[in-house]
Amino acid sequence: MLKNEKTPLIRLGLRPNRRSVCLQLSLAPLMALAWPAAGKTSGNAHVTEISDGIFAHHGHVELQTEANRGDISNNGFIVGDEAVAVVDTGGSYQTGLALREAVKQATNKPIKYVINTHMHPDHVLGDAAFLPDNPQFVGHAKLARALGARSARYLEAAREAMGEAAFAGTEIVMPTLEVSEPTELDLGNRKIVLEPQPTAHTDNDLVVRDRKTGTAFLGDLIFSVHVPALDGSIVGWTIVLEKFGTEAPALVVPGHGPVAMQWPEASQPIQRYLGKLASDVRAIIKRGGTIKEAIETAGESERGKWKLFDEFHRRNVTAAFAELEWE
Amino acid sequence: MKLNGMTKQWGVLLFAGLLAIGVSATAGSTAAIAGEDEELWQSIRDDVFQAGKPIVDNSDKLVLDAPYRAEDAAVVPISITIPADVAPHVRKLTLIVEKNPAPVVATFKFGKAAGLGERKISTRIRVDMYSNVRAVAELDDGSLQMQTKFVKAAGGCSAPALKDMDAALANIGKMKIKSFDDKAASSKLTSEAQVMVRHPNYSGMQMNQLTGLYIPAKYVEHIEVKKGDTLVFDMEGGISLSENPNIRFTYSAAVNGPISVVARDTDGKTFSGSVVVSGS
Ligand SMILES: [Zn+2]
Repeated sequence: MLKNEKTPLIRLGLRPNRRSVCLQLSLAPLMALAWPAAGKTSGNAHVTEISDGIFAHHGHVELQTEANRGDISNNGFIVGDEAVAVVDTGGSYQTGLALREAVKQATNKPIKYVINTHMHPDHVLGDAAFLPDNPQFVGHAKLARALGARSARYLEAAREAMGEAAFAGTEIVMPTLEVSEPTELDLGNRKIVLEPQPTAHTDNDLVVRDRKTGTAFLGDLIFSVHVPALDGSIVGWTIVLEKFGTEAPALVVPGHGPVAMQWPEASQPIQRYLGKLASDVRAIIKRGGTIKEAIETAGESERGKWKLFDEFHRRNVTAAFAELEWE
Repeated sequence: MKLNGMTKQWGVLLFAGLLAIGVSATAGSTAAIAGEDEELWQSIRDDVFQAGKPIVDNSDKLVLDAPYRAEDAAVVPISITIPADVAPHVRKLTLIVEKNPAPVVATFKFGKAAGLGERKISTRIRVDMYSNVRAVAELDDGSLQMQTKFVKAAGGCSAPALKDMDAALANIGKMKIKSFDDKAASSKLTSEAQVMVRHPNYSGMQMNQLTGLYIPAKYVEHIEVKKGDTLVFDMEGGISLSENPNIRFTYSAAVNGPISVVARDTDGKTFSGSVVVSGS
């Protein structure tokens, strides 16, 4: 689809965006209204129109802190003639609010869907900001169960990492529309397809594809710059990425990293990372090595190629070992 | 007090407590904490071992290996090595995570097929908050020999089980026994093997927010490993063992017969398997 959609990238890189929406000023009064005590909440949701009617926000490649208010993952929205679909909402009520304000600035169409690409807190904790719009909250059929098992921890960890002020208002919103097979949503002269995936990054990954431009929000199936985080299945993830190659999206919004990338540049680094991790771990298992040995050595050649490597890599090795030793 | 298992109520209470005090506790004065820790350890040791019995800490009769900082609090690899000259005298080995809601992780009782060479036990444990991890060996002279390591990890007991819930539940009870027998094994006193059991090892502290209920504790409480008809070890375990319990161990290369394993969970379900290893 629309192989000639190269312009968005040029637009991204070379000049100020046509409809870049910066909310620093506009959001301040709203924040003040909601949290008179919070004081230093300067909204700063910044979206870029990466393709016709598709906006994406770039989250910091960082761990969640008071300063970034959980704004550590990419999210965005798709505008049709009749409705808007929001895809992911960031890591706090405030990131959600900032994104909601960006939608309002870009269009007056109602927000009909808030879609979560998977369970992770940096993607879902802004959902509550959209409750006033009364949208359908859309997720993989396994999202509710996954959130059910984790929400208390997610909320507690977010509160601890960000502090009360940045955390205020944050809550988990359970999905109201659960997707177990490819499902089309009509935004008005614009159809998007929701594609639930088998266990990969997590057991509830959902891809959002825009038919019109061929743009796909891949959530954390694609990490760029930010080292991948394995919370599902390394075998499953590898297969899902390979399959995508056969039906490559024209433009990809990764869960972390740049707001827009092209295939296969988007997938090559993460495929290399997962491949190296799996082959190193398998080799250690094969010669009777221990999980400790794997944690210390597997995938170390990827160090220096990613941000936050020390924060996630060894955990990934632990998960990969625990999975692959059953092969 | 039953330290291996845990009542649900206790779990709920403790979990809520952990959340509440998690931050403030670290803010307290170091001296006060050290005192509390000492008290906690005294009460645990008096429950688990004969009250007042001396325990040799920093013992050279065993080596405990645990990461200072755990990458995944729900899967913290630890291993214990007992030198060959001590191994034949070890009757029992107890693993303790001092600050876990159920501090006793597991107790291993060794049989004749544990062998005469260097003895190794490795497993994976849950660590719920920054805590001392202790390994205590009971020798045949009655003495208690201990090694202690401090591990930085948090949330291991209440961590949600299982990355892929459907796969995990579909495979529950599946067992895999691996032998690390190498060619040179015949010249050694012991060989190495590993037993793995698919089991969520529900801690009773994992909440389902949809129902507002804690998933009831359900875990592998007993694993017996034999070489031929002779016992290598039997283990009593609790909720502090990671999901999919996994024990790597040494056994006597001199005893004939296959390695056979019987595991039992708290529902009384048993899982078993055996594997023929070379040289037997
Ligand atoms: Zn994620």
